[in-house]
Amino acid sequence: MLTKRIIPCLDIKDGRTVKGINFISLRDAGDPVELAAAYAAQGADELVFLDITATTEDRKTFAKLVKEIAQHVNIPFTVGGGISSVADVGPLLEAGADKVSINSAAVRQPQLIDELAKAFGTQCIVLAVDARKVNNSWMVHTHGGSRPTEHKLFSWAREGQNRGAGEILFTSMDHDGTKSGFAIDPLQKLNELLTIPVIASGGAGNAMHFAEAFMLGKCDAALAASVFHFGEIKIPELKTYLRAANIPIR
Amino acid sequence: MRIAVIRYNAGNIQSVSYALERLGASFEVTSDPEKIQTADKVIFPGVGEASTTMRFLQEKGLNHLIMSLQQPVLGVCLGMQLLCRFSEENDTTCLGVFPVDVRKFGLNDNLKVPHMGWNSLDKISGWLPAAIQGEFTYFVHSFYVPVNAWTVAETQYGIPFSAAMRKDNFFAVQFHPEKSAQTGEKILQAFLNV
Repeated sequence: MLTKRIIPCLDIKDGRTVKGINFISLRDAGDPVELAAAYAAQGADELVFLDITATTEDRKTFAKLVKEIAQHVNIPFTVGGGISSVADVGPLLEAGADKVSINSAAVRQPQLIDELAKAFGTQCIVLAVDARKVNNSWMVHTHGGSRPTEHKLFSWAREGQNRGAGEILFTSMDHDGTKSGFAIDPLQKLNELLTIPVIASGGAGNAMHFAEAFMLGKCDAALAASVFHFGEIKIPELKTYLRAANIPIR
Repeated sequence: MRIAVIRYNAGNIQSVSYALERLGASFEVTSDPEKIQTADKVIFPGVGEASTTMRFLQEKGLNHLIMSLQQPVLGVCLGMQLLCRFSEENDTTCLGVFPVDVRKFGLNDNLKVPHMGWNSLDKISGWLPAAIQGEFTYFVHSFYVPVNAWTVAETQYGIPFSAAMRKDNFFAVQFHPEKSAQTGEKILQAFLNV
């Protein structure tokens, strides 16, 4: 049976995981490779690395890091952050990334989704969509959620699928950081609407929130960052909890 | 033992190489027919689209070479599908080692396509270690090989399909052992041990 995926997300700056990670067992919690290997050993199903630096020089550092991750980590991983062209993606996939996520650039230039899908296959293109509710409509925001757009979440996600995205990573900005649970209603709607997998992001605070995202939100995967990094939710315990709730889990 | 990983325009060659490195295997990534022909074992990786990849193999003359190999050959993902007779992916005539056709997952049953993620292995037989029965491997594919006479492991996604196969010296897996944590490593090791 196909299982639901648990995905820790790591923010990377200058080739290091950003401060605030509190993993007792690690010698160097700032080392993304060591952290990634620790998550893989704990049973994470996939990993996401977001490069939160944007300069050309830093991007080279990131590609080098991607290679090191691929050498040491035996589970699939997605990389993203600042990708805006086919030329950006080639080196990341060649370095060993399985998928890339695109966000702001796809909104600016939707054709990019088609181009990437054609060049590399739909299976490795993740369309990340950040949205928040504005006057009762889920509206897409870009640039880390700082810029509102004219796009509505559901039509944009469907357009992304039609253009060749292989997965949708939906972050509810209204829920992100609140630890009050994932945005169940829009997840449900996305999963009814789309024929590609949906990853839920934003709002994870405890194990029950993951169960709700899978059972009620019907999502295929759920992503979180700080609750994993700070050890508030431990992946083996989370998976035991979800299995006990009869959710298919590896 | 010398392993040749066939170099062509596939996406996961690097990942397969890293997995072999982690197992301490000595290998060479190459498209040199001589080196492929004389290797003890050959890995035929693959991520991509069937017709483009077949055309590329034909242009390089690798299609006849692969079919003629006598040593153990492992096809991975698209590599497995290309070892079949025909693929519904852009109606592509493939290498024909396994006389079966590759189908597209239907959009019925509310199945999401691609089939993406960790799924369990069932009805393990043949060259695969019996201990991996029920364990999970990582899949990413929109086309599948139906269960057939050469199937040695099945996975369920709406219907049962071939997760692994073997015919003579040709071994094949639909999932990505190079991305399937310890289970994947056991399977790669099993191929290295045959």
